[in-house]
Amino acid sequence: MQLILFLLLVSYSLKTGYCDWDLNLLIMNYLLGAFKPACNISITFTDGKNRKQVPIKKDNGQTVMNPLFQSQETISGKISIEPYQGKKVEHNGVKVELLGQIEMYFDRGNFYDFTSLVRELDVPGEIYERKTYPFEFSTVEMPHETYNGVNVRLRYVLKVTVTRGYGGSIVEYQDFVVRNYVPLPPINNSIKMEVGIEDCLHIEFEYNKSKYHLKDVILGKIYFLLVRIKIKNMDLEIRRRESTGAGANTHVETETLAKFELMDGAPVRGESIPVRVFLTPYDLTPTYKNINNKFSVKYYLNLVLVDEEDRRYFKQQEITLYRLKEETS
Amino acid sequence: MIADGAEDEDKWLAASAAAFKQNAFYMQRAIDTNNLKDALKYSAQMLSELRTSKLSPQKYYDLYMRAFDELRKLEIFFMEETRRGCSVIELYELVQHAGNILPRLYLLCTAGSVYIKTKEAPAKEILKDLVEMCRGIQHPLRGLFLRSYLAQISRDKLPDIGSEYEGDADTVTDAVEFVLLNFTEMNKLWVRMQHQGPARDKERREKERGELRDLVGKNLHVLSQLEGVDLDMYRDTVLPRVLEQIVNCRDEIAQYYLVDCIIQVFPDEYHLQTLDVLLGACPQLQPSVDIMTVLSRLMERLSNYAALNAEVLPYFLQVEAFSKLNIAIGKVIEAQEDMPILSAVTLYSSLLKFTLHVHPDRLDYADQVLGSCVKQLTGKGKIDDPRATKEIVSLLSAPLEKYNDVVIALKLTNYPLVVEYLDNETKRVMASVIIRSIMKNNTLITKAEKVEALLELIKGLINDLDEPQGLEVDEDDFEEEQNSVARLIHMLYNDDSEEMFKIISILKKHFLTGGPKRMKFTIPPLVVSSLKLIRRLPVEGDNPFGKEASVTATKIFQFLNQIIEALPSVPSPDLAFRLYLQCAEAANKCDEEPIAYEFFTQAYILYEEEISDSKAQVTALQLIIGTLQRMHVFGVENRDTLTHKATGYSAKLLKKPDQCRAVYACSHLFWLEDHETIHDGERVLLCLKRALKIANSAQQMASTARGSTGSVTLFIEMLNKYLYFYEKGIPQITVESIESLIQLIKNEESVLSDPSAESFFASTLRFMESQKQKGGAISDRYEEIKV
Repeated sequence: MQLILFLLLVSYSLKTGYCDWDLNLLIMNYLLGAFKPACNISITFTDGKNRKQVPIKKDNGQTVMNPLFQSQETISGKISIEPYQGKKVEHNGVKVELLGQIEMYFDRGNFYDFTSLVRELDVPGEIYERKTYPFEFSTVEMPHETYNGVNVRLRYVLKVTVTRGYGGSIVEYQDFVVRNYVPLPPINNSIKMEVGIEDCLHIEFEYNKSKYHLKDVILGKIYFLLVRIKIKNMDLEIRRRESTGAGANTHVETETLAKFELMDGAPVRGESIPVRVFLTPYDLTPTYKNINNKFSVKYYLNLVLVDEEDRRYFKQQEITLYRLKEETS
Repeated sequence: MIADGAEDEDKWLAASAAAFKQNAFYMQRAIDTNNLKDALKYSAQMLSELRTSKLSPQKYYDLYMRAFDELRKLEIFFMEETRRGCSVIELYELVQHAGNILPRLYLLCTAGSVYIKTKEAPAKEILKDLVEMCRGIQHPLRGLFLRSYLAQISRDKLPDIGSEYEGDADTVTDAVEFVLLNFTEMNKLWVRMQHQGPARDKERREKERGELRDLVGKNLHVLSQLEGVDLDMYRDTVLPRVLEQIVNCRDEIAQYYLVDCIIQVFPDEYHLQTLDVLLGACPQLQPSVDIMTVLSRLMERLSNYAALNAEVLPYFLQVEAFSKLNIAIGKVIEAQEDMPILSAVTLYSSLLKFTLHVHPDRLDYADQVLGSCVKQLTGKGKIDDPRATKEIVSLLSAPLEKYNDVVIALKLTNYPLVVEYLDNETKRVMASVIIRSIMKNNTLITKAEKVEALLELIKGLINDLDEPQGLEVDEDDFEEEQNSVARLIHMLYNDDSEEMFKIISILKKHFLTGGPKRMKFTIPPLVVSSLKLIRRLPVEGDNPFGKEASVTATKIFQFLNQIIEALPSVPSPDLAFRLYLQCAEAANKCDEEPIAYEFFTQAYILYEEEISDSKAQVTALQLIIGTLQRMHVFGVENRDTLTHKATGYSAKLLKKPDQCRAVYACSHLFWLEDHETIHDGERVLLCLKRALKIANSAQQMASTARGSTGSVTLFIEMLNKYLYFYEKGIPQITVESIESLIQLIKNEESVLSDPSAESFFASTLRFMESQKQKGGAISDRYEEIKV
């Protein structure tokens, strides 16, 4: 019960918009102290206790656990409205919406709803005591995954609205996470390439696949065909390229999510350096292609060689990340 | 600058050590609270200190050892974690999340160690993974230490036969492959060190490499300790692979160290069975590699092996160890064109020692070695490198030491050829060594041809070599050397007269050309040796076989004559004189009158011509008289001539007392007790009278010249002579003459003034008294003398 309360409190702050941390706190204090809302709305999912919770990083830096769903699942549960002691809630109707929203950060506060479903829960009336409404959205199409990027966010949320004529409607949100699993790709070629700078450095690298699931491990090797520079070390970077908007308004943001040292010291011709990178420790998502014409997220492996004068030689290769249904969960 | 560098280095080490300690502390705290995540985090941070490039190998080692200790704690913790239910496979993955490769790989090895211990996967798989992953460290120093860590933790976990980690049928191959791979990679890193950094630091780099070599060699040691590495495995896999790496790395330091390492760590038995493989690699090494030392050690090991295990000797023969070594050495020398002569000689010296130990019965092997050595030396002139010279001496001494018998060394036809390449001084040293060996072992050399060979060997002592001008041999040394040659002569001996004669003939041939300085040392023993031979000869006509002996006393006497003849030409007339007399006496015993006469003649001539010093003359004359007195071989005529001459010489001595004494000594020449023919009392008396006359005049001369009467000693001596002949019963010696002589002495006042004369006289009188008391015929004769 306490956990849910905590979630609620936080979701209050959410509903007031995306403010600075300090301001957020202020509002919370304000809400908790002076104006107590007329009622307490809680949303619980049918299998809330058993359902897997995943951590989602809020933009205030905190991590909260949210229930996890996937597309085509039925999202059902109960919503209970409990007026505070001795108060009654007059309303013009209660409804619950399931929203899939994309929010661009340069256009903060504006949500683009790509999914929107509504269930009317109550006709206009008054609530004197705790009242519980079951709800169900069956086999909901949720094609996109929850995503928290640099410039874009995709979220799923249940929104309960107690419509009131005066004093403003009472709204409650419950985020949930959607992740979609795909089967093993039928074709998964290795990446193999020879690159180099003439008379200076020639290498051949090979990654065992071009498509990796999120808990996969990248295996491969770097083979040195010619080395005429004094290499200090070699890293493999995993980079995320998030592009948002379209046309002239396209924003591209590249982040290095992992920097993994593959080699220390200067190799000589003929050396073959093994590559083994576990993806588990990194906060990765599947590759997203053109989500609702709003954004794309791509992943790259960037092989970087640094010489003794700190010059960097690199070669970037795109890889596709996908989410494989976990065997055990 | 250098001092600064060292100071800086200390500072860096201190800083690294401090950071290391701090993280180790946090790691320990995480371990204590069973916090795996933190333990991993802090251990990775701790290990990050090993990423430094600022430390020399020694300081880096310091840091490494700290890491090693801390990682042991971590390993125990990992082990406990797995017991608590943490999956070791997950753990193995978890440690690989570390972003920096060096800490990651140290952790991986540690986790791998635990993984193997849990036996959740075959040891070989894990080991293979570890050794492959370590390729990520290409920095020589860091890579070497990392792989050394891997070697260390895997030592007790190799899937060896009998190990608890033993795998399937190919288990040993897996273990060997792992170690070989780690070895190969380590060696590559080690060699690479040489080529990194500026050329001016070469010396420092080589020193640092030297400090690191044991890290590489350790792998070979591990291989040698594997139960499963039997001879087949060693011959078919281990050795070829290791050698391949050694040859291919083309690095002088590595090649030298590793080949030596192979030799030292693997059992001798293996070396013996794989000699051709091992030796085959030697010519392929870099020309600058000190193969000499390496091969010497191999041979030394094999020799010791053979010496300690007599039962393995047949194997040495079976695998033809000797010829393989011999060929290999030839090839190595051929391959290394500018190999210093020292190295070549050292190699042969070792080979010789080897063959002497292993095949003491195969003298031909030893000779082959010497032959090969000669071939190497040919065309190079005398050796001027003192170390090479020393090595040759050691080479040449080896057979002597081994067999303790110079005769065996003399069978080595190439032996003198090697000696030929020594400079003169060393030749002499070598010769002394040989002689010492003979003396020490009392080796008799009984064959003429051996003697010939021996003399050839010690030529340095026997002949003047073409000594460069100005090089004077120390007189004492020379004397010492020649004395040793003289001693040597007595070791050349054969019971058979003919052979013995051959021996002395050879000696003569050599000694006569030996130069004047040597002859006075060499001729006397030769003469003595010859005389000994004469004495052994059967008395003529006594030959039981009635066969004419080819060696006759006559022949030897002629021979002696020739030798001694040489002496006066050198400034040793005195010696020649004595030798002539000795020979004469020998001839006397052999009844060789003409020869004896001839010797006497020679002695007389020498006396007349060469002996001019008056003191020497006195001594010489005493010798002549003494010798002549014993001669019985002469006929009357010859004897007369000789005695006449002798008395003549006596009378011509310079000092009167000398004259007197010589003359009365001559009296003995006319009375030989055992020879009836020489009983000439007349002439005895004559001599005595003459002597008395001289004594008289001597006394007169003394009183005239010095104003005092001379000593009466001469008279007392005369009295003794008289008494002697009187006792012998010579009729010419009368009682009166004795009495008057006693009276004469008594009258001399000086008797009292000279205490020695007085006591001499007194004792003479006492003697007479005692003779009287004796009784018998002599007593009677003495009774007649009235004092």
